[in-house]
Amino acid sequence: MRDVHIDRLVEIVGERRCLWRPHQVKAYACDGYTAEEGLPRAVVFPETTEEVSRICRYLYENDIPYLPRGAGTGLSGGATPTGGEVVISLARMNKLLAVDFDNLRAVVQPGLVNLTLTRRVSHADCYYAPDPSSQSVCTIGGNFAENAGGSHCLKYGVTTNHVVAAKVVLPDGDVIDVGAPFGDAPGYDLLGLLVGSEGTLGIATEITVRILKKPQALRTALAYFDRVADASDTVTDIIGAGIIPAAIEMMDQLAMQAVDKSNYHVGYPTDIEAVLLIEVDGLAAGVDELMARVVEICRRHRVREVRVAQSDAERALWWSSRKMAFGAMGRISPDYIVQDGVIPRTRLTEVLQKIDEVSRRYGLKIANVFHAGDGNLHPLILYDSRVPGEAERAVRAGSEVLRACVDAGGSITGEHGVGIEKIGEMAYMFSEDEIHAQRAVKSCFDPKGIVNAGKLIPLPGRCVEVKRAREIIEENWQILNSFPDQAAVQARGAFVQQPGREASTSAQG
Amino acid sequence: MVNEPTAVAAKGSDFRFPDAPEEEKYSVCVHCGFCLEVCPTYQAWGDENHSPRGRVYLIKACAEGELPLDESVIDPVFTCLDCRACETVCPSGVQVGALVEEARGQVFYARDAEGKRDPLMRFFLRGVFPRPARLRVIRRLMRFYQKSGLQKLARSTGVLRVLPPQVREMEDVIPDIGRGPAIDVLPETMAPQGERKATAALFTGCVMDVFFSDVNEATARVLVRNGVEVRVPKDQICCGALQVHAGDRDMAREMAKRNIEVFERAGADYVAINAAGCGAALKEYPELFRDDPAWRDRAVQFSSRVRDISQLLVEVGFDPPKAKLPMTVTYHDACHLCHAQKIRYEPRSLLMSVPGLTLREMPDSDRCCGSAGIYNLTHPAMANELLERKMDDVPAGVEAIVMGNPGCMMQIRLGVKRRNQPLRVMHTVEVLDLAYQREGSR
Repeated sequence: MRDVHIDRLVEIVGERRCLWRPHQVKAYACDGYTAEEGLPRAVVFPETTEEVSRICRYLYENDIPYLPRGAGTGLSGGATPTGGEVVISLARMNKLLAVDFDNLRAVVQPGLVNLTLTRRVSHADCYYAPDPSSQSVCTIGGNFAENAGGSHCLKYGVTTNHVVAAKVVLPDGDVIDVGAPFGDAPGYDLLGLLVGSEGTLGIATEITVRILKKPQALRTALAYFDRVADASDTVTDIIGAGIIPAAIEMMDQLAMQAVDKSNYHVGYPTDIEAVLLIEVDGLAAGVDELMARVVEICRRHRVREVRVAQSDAERALWWSSRKMAFGAMGRISPDYIVQDGVIPRTRLTEVLQKIDEVSRRYGLKIANVFHAGDGNLHPLILYDSRVPGEAERAVRAGSEVLRACVDAGGSITGEHGVGIEKIGEMAYMFSEDEIHAQRAVKSCFDPKGIVNAGKLIPLPGRCVEVKRAREIIEENWQILNSFPDQAAVQARGAFVQQPGREASTSAQG
Repeated sequence: MVNEPTAVAAKGSDFRFPDAPEEEKYSVCVHCGFCLEVCPTYQAWGDENHSPRGRVYLIKACAEGELPLDESVIDPVFTCLDCRACETVCPSGVQVGALVEEARGQVFYARDAEGKRDPLMRFFLRGVFPRPARLRVIRRLMRFYQKSGLQKLARSTGVLRVLPPQVREMEDVIPDIGRGPAIDVLPETMAPQGERKATAALFTGCVMDVFFSDVNEATARVLVRNGVEVRVPKDQICCGALQVHAGDRDMAREMAKRNIEVFERAGADYVAINAAGCGAALKEYPELFRDDPAWRDRAVQFSSRVRDISQLLVEVGFDPPKAKLPMTVTYHDACHLCHAQKIRYEPRSLLMSVPGLTLREMPDSDRCCGSAGIYNLTHPAMANELLERKMDDVPAGVEAIVMGNPGCMMQIRLGVKRRNQPLRVMHTVEVLDLAYQREGSR
């Protein structure tokens, strides 16, 4: 049933930009991470900073949980409404507000698609460097929230290295400017804090980013290896030789099979263990020599075949084949979870063996696609949600993979964020004191704990779905006593009714 | 009747009729979202309900009994242009178009069962398009309307103002209707010039033959010129694409059966078609016979012989025209050519073979123009927005916009008319035909 809160939201954005009937909001039950779903209370589509601010202010004053959403391509469930939140979709705030070609800056709204920015500045030979595989659809606001990476981040850095300033709507609706378009913003690095905060501290509504001049030349090679150990030694040696390639990507045989069944068919040999996609860029005078050195290193490691792209079309196909690999999993499995562990490059072979062992133990296939240069693994755990218990098994297998990464001295996430998917592993990676420090930051921005709650930082009161966090609470209950008010609000938050379910019965009647 | 409700989908599902969206089609979607940005309705509204991923998700929810077949599913399924741009990018190969068409079938049957038919729609779907005789009458009436001065009179008296604006505008851009439909005018068999490379049975289509019978005649001439014997089966009827798009799958099946029989009898190596929408529908006939193995086999046989005219010419080998045709054109990729049939290269290679012709590409040439069958009549606002974007993309300095589908030709004629630009709207094969005709007059 339509309640007074919906009426207020409609007053702000209008009838057509507010979805609230339970069947109409179903499409917003999850993002690119499909293992968990929840119905939002409503979905609103603001078009200006002012509208976002008014929406946030109203919801916050009335203790109504909410969360922001971009294109919903996130892979960790950051935009999934697990607590009946109002979803604030930024998809309609997709304007390129200003470009300063002389100073290489662009100001964008959060819903602008990553690749669209590059397209809109390419006539001046410029581009936006961070390039997640989903760059043709994901938004810069979403990249900001997740501190997204991408293939070329090996050389050029991740989102946080490219965002210089932002206008941010705080949880209670106040609007502040953080960072500085040029030079350093004195004081605490609030921008650094907000980038990668997964929509838990505020909503960026204007983002100022660096744009770069395109490199003068680039060369791209595809290298087939019989053994994955040779491929991974090649990666180590290329970087050890002082070459910083623009990108080094690896795929294993199962991943190759999936993309070769798709529209992005390359025709990989079916009996190799690994393929490397290596790109070097820079001045035209140097790239051929650089590529020759890369090829030489590949040969030293028993590469079966190495090919350098002969045309833009060939290069584009190779890149599509890599970038579409996640989506192509549908060719070989109805569902998948993609993990995002990071490990020291030198331990690749060892960790891949562990992943293989996990795969066999759980009886689930795992394909591997990764940014080999950064040691950022993307094991794709394949499962069928129609088989009872298989989704849970996949989640557990993923968890083991992440722990193997942490044990190897790495991290649970490189670029996809923690969301709900990896929240259990936060406690594996950090001590309770460390998580407590993070929680303290969260409560400065969001004392009520209702903005994208239950994501990124395990919250004591909302951990029903986070088994690991529950253990932490049991072990550390006394810490909560120092935050009586906050804990009380969060406990209340946990019992916020799920409006979707209630309303769905009434709408059918 | 075939419309008897039978339990076919999951228990509790609101897809209660045969031929429902199948699990093996929707379960392929992994929800990656790569389809969002190529979807014209998502681009315009930013609402995931009206995106390919959203539609598939809702169809799945309905199939699994999580959602009823109410407006929350019906609206998104009908706002879809069926342009298939999502299928081109989808890494998992989800057949969004087929799923949407099957879901529309469920809506059509459900409305039928509830007695909530749209009588006008039904009249056209069942009473006009499947009946060649009635199409001929309509065609004659329109020709009479144009030639008798009635059109001039109607326009000058303003009587057309009673029509809805989108229909009135369409009236404005109806091309001059030729003497007779190609299906009647063309002989049953036309011998090839020179050595016979192949035989092709020409599918003349309904809209194409009513509005653009010249294109059909040009198609026949170009085939003959290139050593293809052309046969024109006189008993063929409309392909049924409009019925499939509207969800009337029973009618579509009847029409498909008729055409399959007719073209089996014609016995040619190929079935040649110059309308992208019909070509896609003919190639997808097997989809209609999932539950009927005998007819499915025949449909598969039939579909394997269907070729778009550009595809056929490239396949059998065509003679590049020898006369010069100094012209600068741009090419619009009809959705049902580039996305549904994956034909992009062939029409361009035909155009580039013409001496003197310059092809100037337009940006996003494969974005839908908004025609989408009868979408421009059912969803005029969206269709107009897409038409405006298409016209904005036409490069400066071109003399013609070339394409391979009659629906797009009508829609883009409307765009040209609105902008009052000196642009010709042509079919690819017309350009080639024009170049060949110049050879003779050297």
